[in-house]
Amino acid sequence: MNLTLKVWRQANKNSEGKFETFEVKDINSEMSFLEMFDVLNERLINEGKDPIAFDHDCREGICGMCSMHINGRPHGPWHATTTCQLHMRAFKDGDTIVVEPWRAQAFPVIKDLVVDRSSFDRIIQAGGFISVNTGNAVDGNSLPIEKDKADASFGAAACIGCGACVAACKNASASLFTAAKIAHLALLPQGDPERKSRALSMVQQMDKEGFGSCTFTGACEAVCPKEIAITNISRMHKEYLFAGLSSEK
Amino acid sequence: MLDSKIPAGPLEKKWEDYKGHVKLVNPANKRKLEVIVIGTGLAGASAAASLGEMGYKVKAFCFQDSPRRAHSIAAQGGINAAKNYQNDGDSVFRLFYDTIKGGDYRSREANVHRLAEVSANIIDQCVAQGVPFAREYGGLLSNRSFGGVQVQRTFYAAGQTGQQLLIGAYQALERQIALGNVVMYSRHEMLELVVIDGKARGIIARNLVTGELERHFGHAVLLCSGGYGNVFYLSTNAMGSNVTAIWKAHKKGAYFGNPCYTQIHPTCIPVSGEHQSKLTLMSESLRNDGRIWVPKKQGDNRRPNEIPEEERDYYLERRYPAFGNLVPRDVASRAAKERCDAGYGVGSSKQAVYLDYADAIQRYGHVEAGKRGLANADASTITALGKEVVKEKYGNLFDMYEKITGENPYEVPMRIYPAVHYTMGGLWVDYELMTTVPGLYALGECNFSDHGANRLGASALMQGLADGYFVIPYTIGNYLADEIRTKEIPTSHPAFEEAERNVRERIEKLMSIKGNQTVESLHKRLGKIMWDKCGMARNAQGLQQAIQEIRQLRKEFWSDVKIPGTINEFNPELDKAGRVADFIELGELMCIDALQRAESCGGHFREESQTEEGEALRHDAEFMYVSAWEYQPNDQWELHKEDLNYEVVKPSQRSYK
Repeated sequence: MNLTLKVWRQANKNSEGKFETFEVKDINSEMSFLEMFDVLNERLINEGKDPIAFDHDCREGICGMCSMHINGRPHGPWHATTTCQLHMRAFKDGDTIVVEPWRAQAFPVIKDLVVDRSSFDRIIQAGGFISVNTGNAVDGNSLPIEKDKADASFGAAACIGCGACVAACKNASASLFTAAKIAHLALLPQGDPERKSRALSMVQQMDKEGFGSCTFTGACEAVCPKEIAITNISRMHKEYLFAGLSSEK
Repeated sequence: MLDSKIPAGPLEKKWEDYKGHVKLVNPANKRKLEVIVIGTGLAGASAAASLGEMGYKVKAFCFQDSPRRAHSIAAQGGINAAKNYQNDGDSVFRLFYDTIKGGDYRSREANVHRLAEVSANIIDQCVAQGVPFAREYGGLLSNRSFGGVQVQRTFYAAGQTGQQLLIGAYQALERQIALGNVVMYSRHEMLELVVIDGKARGIIARNLVTGELERHFGHAVLLCSGGYGNVFYLSTNAMGSNVTAIWKAHKKGAYFGNPCYTQIHPTCIPVSGEHQSKLTLMSESLRNDGRIWVPKKQGDNRRPNEIPEEERDYYLERRYPAFGNLVPRDVASRAAKERCDAGYGVGSSKQAVYLDYADAIQRYGHVEAGKRGLANADASTITALGKEVVKEKYGNLFDMYEKITGENPYEVPMRIYPAVHYTMGGLWVDYELMTTVPGLYALGECNFSDHGANRLGASALMQGLADGYFVIPYTIGNYLADEIRTKEIPTSHPAFEEAERNVRERIEKLMSIKGNQTVESLHKRLGKIMWDKCGMARNAQGLQQAIQEIRQLRKEFWSDVKIPGTINEFNPELDKAGRVADFIELGELMCIDALQRAESCGGHFREESQTEEGEALRHDAEFMYVSAWEYQPNDQWELHKEDLNYEVVKPSQRSYK
């Protein structure tokens, strides 16, 4: 198939960006979306032009590195799919595809479609962990955990930290990302001792990074490649409220 | 002479005795000692976090935008541990024995036994961190089976075990970063090792956003940079996975152990065309319930559902009745290749076999109907119930298969074919995980140590975390205890200056070539040479040809590569060029190693050395050693041999029949 691509080009954080149009020909429907970009970049290099910079690594939908805003939707048209798992079967001959980076104040553009998501790491640093040094653990089976709770915790822990939730949100809120980590750990008995301080400091850090507030439009849940549920945000609010009202600090 | 520093005493006491007598560093001195960690996968993140907790000053580096992206995250099936929670006869000895046998008697007994000993601690540690492993209704941990094993010792979190374990280690690492014990450098790549007076003392790293070169001092350097399967271009590795860190160390004196040992994983989604950028694994856990088959008739073009039961050849069950579909990976891969080469392959390329879930769906459907008291359930109800069970167990893998191929694996059997997945070879290390350069360690997949000539499934996660959480925290003290008087060496030292100059000159040389061939196209050609001549089957003539072809390719690369952009900017093509240049050199060494090892063992299959049934035939009298290659000027290598002494296990012809 032949396609028209309109791709966001931006040399670096401080420069102004603009869309550039490319015609790509003979695209095989078995290709992944990123393989289509590989083909285009090979052509650009051969023509002596600057290839399009984009983040990617595992190409199995799990590392969370790929991050393209495709036709107005993070990771493109397929439900519960990362950009790297999107295949060209999703498009038809003659389509025009618009590709942008994640847009959020807390995700500055590094180049073209590559953004800086280190703000996510700093949210985890604020409390997204259980403080247990290596060697302190007791036997794994000494702490039975209800299957339903373990499964729900896993459901939240499946977050890949890609940032699609932020990119989809009109407020650029990182609530779904932050809530997924708070819920993952709050649902487990091991996470209980630090439950209050975790909720308070992670939410505080999220605000400090410049992410917006949550107004429950549900856009984040709709585009999340790992189907992280918006109910996790309710849990985060509950945890935050409870911690704020009962914390002794 | 290579000294593997294996402690004296009986096998099961070695590690305990070592820990009891190893030198310690007191907390006040730990604060003055700096450790550099390269890579933040399971081995790197767990090591950096653990050393930070102990009080060392740690600097960690990764090329990705966050330590959480490392490719350990893609591991699907699980992690082994000798917990014997299933009461099915598992023990430390059995995990040790299975690993030695699975590795085709080419690994070190003492290392493997230690790995089996600490395996149980890993599960405990991960549970304490909040890793949400799969559980039974009673709230206890669930297990499943993996290849090459007759017990259920694999712990898992759906098909995302690697992700959950890495997130656990990542969170521990982020905690240490927040506490100021670890400084993290993401989007940084190590491009040179700095050696001063014979000891590893630091690195030159490149900031991949700005292109700037940086000098970093450390009292010790830990390489945890993963495997080098991307030398084959197509592999299940991440796009960025590379050999560069360990290759630079190799050229600075670290011996390279068993470079030719490559694991070809039997169950991957087949190549669909020339555009293919990488291959995707379908977890080995699928072989728990799925059945592998091809048609009994050559060139049978019927759709799989149209081929009746009696015209199907379940060749693994036929050839290996004792282990059936759960034979080790090397055996399963060769069996698939044998059937396809003989003309029984399926799909449009004929380079694929079926992995079929129809039986499992029926079996689970009947069990589920029984549980629900549906005595007269009709066929469609049984099938629907069975699909639900399969979805719960393997849903994410089935979804991934469907996204990639456009076919629904609940309805039609999956098509699979072997692909490069893991490299057992890596830097040679002693019992303490130290390379031949004092102060330089290698952990996880980038060392050669525990898997011999073939790794068993669910053992990579175990090794990465064993090395990082439970081995290096002890062994590094034995070295650093003697370094407490070493002051921080200023990075203006001539050795740092020279190292940085070498890196700069190499980058400038790459950029100055301005040739006609893209990095990608040269990498593809290297991959084809390696896959055709140093892949699943190897022979002397092919390997000799491959060496010549790789030398030629190397000349072409350094005279005709085309790299866009400039040095001092975000330039992924330049990063890739440096990595491919290293892969080309490594490819030659892999072929040289495969050529000298004129036997078959595990994943290394020399066509000249096979049994009448086509199984790998070892020659223990000649080849019971680790090949450790020393780099010499002008791209020569000298072979050193570490003899393997089996004191407990008696090597025999592996049999899974």
